[in-house]
Formats: sequence, C-alpha cells, structure tokens
Amino acid sequence: MKRSDVDVAVIGGGPAGLAAALAARNEGASKVLIIERNHELGGILQQCIHHGFGLHRFKAELTGPEYAQRFINLVKETDIEVLLETMVLEVRDDRTIYAVNSTDGMLEIGAKAVVLAMGCRERTRGALRIPGKRPAGIFSAGTAQRYLNIDGYIPGKKAVILGSGDIGLIMARRLALEGAQVEAVVEILPYAAGLARNVVQCLEDFDIPLILQSTVVQIHGDDRLEAVTIAKVDENWKPIPGTEQKIECDTLLLSVGLIPENELSREAGVALDPITNGPKVDDTLMTSVPGVFACGNVLHVHDLVDNVSKEAERAGAFAGRYALQQQADAARRVKVEAGENIRYVVPHEISLDKPVEFFMRVQRPEQNVVLDLGGLRTVKKPSVRPSEMLNITLTEEMLSKLEGDTLTVRIVPQKEDGVDA
Amino acid sequence: MRKSLTCTVCPLSCDVVLEIGENNEILSLTGNKCARGKVYATKEHTAPERTLTTTVKTKGGSLPLLPVRSDQPIPKPMLKKAMEATADLVVDAPVKMGDIVIENFLDLGVNLVASRDLDRAH
Repeated sequence: MKRSDVDVAVIGGGPAGLAAALAARNEGASKVLIIERNHELGGILQQCIHHGFGLHRFKAELTGPEYAQRFINLVKETDIEVLLETMVLEVRDDRTIYAVNSTDGMLEIGAKAVVLAMGCRERTRGALRIPGKRPAGIFSAGTAQRYLNIDGYIPGKKAVILGSGDIGLIMARRLALEGAQVEAVVEILPYAAGLARNVVQCLEDFDIPLILQSTVVQIHGDDRLEAVTIAKVDENWKPIPGTEQKIECDTLLLSVGLIPENELSREAGVALDPITNGPKVDDTLMTSVPGVFACGNVLHVHDLVDNVSKEAERAGAFAGRYALQQQADAARRVKVEAGENIRYVVPHEISLDKPVEFFMRVQRPEQNVVLDLGGLRTVKKPSVRPSEMLNITLTEEMLSKLEGDTLTVRIVPQKEDGVDA
Repeated sequence: MRKSLTCTVCPLSCDVVLEIGENNEILSLTGNKCARGKVYATKEHTAPERTLTTTVKTKGGSLPLLPVRSDQPIPKPMLKKAMEATADLVVDAPVKMGDIVIENFLDLGVNLVASRDLDRAH
C-alpha cells in the first residue's frame, strides 16, 4: 500500500473543497491535497448550468460551471495536489485516510489536518414513502439534471415535479426549454420553497402551475410511469380524502431535500447535530475530532454557494493553522443555542477570542422581526424564510460582553418604537 | 387593466401592481418598497429580458456537452428561438471558459459563450 504524508487533506473537490484547499495553502500549509471521486473538480456546480451564482463573491451572475472554473483555475496556479477518481473509504480519528483508485490501488495518507467537504445528496422516494408501483421514470431532480446537462439525455416528455425548492424549479425550466411538457410543480407547504425569482423565471415564464399544500399519493404504471395521483394535505401534511387528482406523466422528479453526506465523518467518530445532519463544530469549524474540520454542504445545507466558499475558506485557514501547530487552545468556551424560531445555528460552540460568523436558518417564515444574538447584537429583518440562510458576524468586542456559558440566538417581534439595529 | 408582478430584485419579493392604459402605458405602479422595484417592474412590463443558459454538443471533447450562456440577457420572447438555434450546434474541443460560441447571436447584439473549459478527449 502506497503511503504519503500531507499537511492538509481535503476530502471532496466541489466548491467547499476548492476554497478550503486554497485557504489552507495561503495560510502556509505546504502540502495540501484534494481527494475527489469524480473525474474532474467542481462538484455539483458542473451540472448547475443556470446562472445566479456568485452575486456576493464576484458581484456577477455566473453559471455554476463558471463559478467552479474560477476556483479550479486558482487551484491550478498553485502546487495543491489533486487526486481525481479517488474514493475515500475511511478517515480514522488519528487523521489517517484510506482511499482507493484504479492507478495506485489502495492509498494510506497521513494528514496533520483533514477538511471534510463531501457535500450532500438528495432525499429519495424511499425517504418519502410514496405508495404505489415502482416503474421507471422516477428520478431525484439532481439525477435528472445530470442526465440532461452533463450526459445529454432528456429524462422524459411529460413531467410532474414534487417539491418547489430551487432545484425543482430550475429543473422545471430546463425541461420546458428542452421541449418537455411540465404538467405541474407540487409543493406540500403553503408557499413556494424556492426563491421568488425562480418561481417567476422558471414557472410563470413557462406557464407551469404551482400546486401548493399538495403531495403525490399514488404512482401509476408498470414498466414506465403513466400517471401520478396528487391530493391536498391538511395542516399535518395528511392527504385529504376526496381531493385526489390524477395527472398523466411519464416522469416524476423529486426535489424534496438534501442530506449532508456524513458516512465518513460518523465512522471517524465525529459528533453530528441531529437537526443539520452535519458535524458539530466550534468557531474554527473543527469537529469533535481534533484536527478534523468541516465546511460546505457536509456541515449544513447552504442556500448560496457564495456562503459555502466563505465558510470553507475559514475551515481551510484554521486547518492550515492546526497543521502548522499555530492554533492555541481557547481559554473559555461557550455553547450556542437555537432559541425562538431558529432551527439551527452553526457553529455549535465558540471561544470568545476571535470574531465569529454565524450561519442559521429559521423554522417558519415571519415578517418584521429582529434577529437577536444573545443580546450582543440585534439586527432588524423585514422578512425571514427557512429557505434563506441568515449570516451575522459578532466581533471580538461584542463577544467580550457575553456573560454565562450559553449564547442563545432567537427571532423576536419588532417593537413599534423600534429596536436598535 | 391591472397587472401584478412579483419583484425578483431582492428576497423581499414585493407584489407590484401596475395599472396599464389602453396603449400599454403604465398609469400607476404600487406595492414596491424601493426604487429598484419600480425599475424592475417597468422593465418587466415593457421589455422583459432573460439570460439564456443551455448546452451544446461537442466534438472531440472529454464530455458530450458544453454548457453555454448568453453574455447579456436577451428579450424573453426570443428564448424559444434561441433554444432552436442552439439545438444542432456542435462545438469543437478544446474550449476555454468565455470563448465565443456564436457571435452576435440571432442578431441580438449578444454573444453565446462557453461556461467552462473543455479539454480534448484523451
């Protein structure tokens, strides 16, 4: 077995891995390695051919491949080593990595620091327990996106899309542009889960109906999907009898959520957050296993790739410092808690010796609210939605005022006389 | 005539209501919470534009398709025609991001450009 040693090993060559590797190298780590299972870098961005990426980062509306290419070009200018078509099989808690590819066979890599950047994968039909037969023609939206945009196959001619998250909406437009008939996008919530911009440009532009508070209750067809039955749901998401409607289609796309891909993390003994399904991290984005860091969609599912890059740069820089043994242990640590109408907050634990950027999501939409970070900073928000991540930074000075051992983040109503913003 | 639009400039997603006159002119515009909303709704009513992103076939490339985009938005009613115009297009590899695939696409004054690098198949 071939053995090599590196300062920082980054698992995954998508947007998180690329940004983390660059940041680790810039921090002074001299041997940085990216391990990627695909035949090229860029991750899921390569199949997201639509535009709208990079508004924050590059002040331009880039397509996914363009956003990826910019980072790939930066990596190519460095001496960062890239192993493609290489599958990581195991990460040990002493940061030994076992991987395999068809050129080298088994590889053993000793790393002073590891960055987990494996991304996420899609929820499937099985997770939804949709009853009925199991004909061909049922795809997760991302799989269909790959067939269409990378391989050049259209998944069907007449489609229904379950789930109005951005991937579902983007695929509705993509299918319509390529000449397929999109019968409807069906959403269980009372509002569209994706961005308003995508509702306008992907559905309204193509006269595709958005059917709210409904779900698929029956699959029809033997060899190939022939139709789906949808029904209205009550407030507990239970289908209401008598509201069924049968829609003929040969394709059903499922855009019903993403799950961070943490098999490697779990085996390495990394503690996971049951809400995000990602690792619990501190303010250096280090997991419960010393020297193992996490960023991007493996940590929590992001809304914008710009936020992934930013978070990954932080993880990469701290991983670099850890590898160079420049990271001092914090004197005091404080737990971060999700309070009223906050679903989760990352990081889970902070020290108070450096600025911290918090990422969080709300549980339900609300208007005219104040985001309150433990009384240290309050920010007025005209509207908050679960689909849009919130990010706020607390400076060292703000953090120095924290008393107790917990920082609670919550959403509170705006007072008439106005709360300081 | 009354027409309502969802503003897509920011996540607030204001519902903008336009009162349209007989000659398709805007008589009034309400519901937007900022000036950018007015600009958006006016443009969306008079001359809506969209950026085209799609794929074209490749010859000799490491992948069967190359993602492409219009480097500027094009008039919304031209989207279908634009898709037809790219349907049979074949691009020779190698390609660099930003390379022009079609210059002055459909005489619209915009270029169709490559979204990524594409190497030759080896």
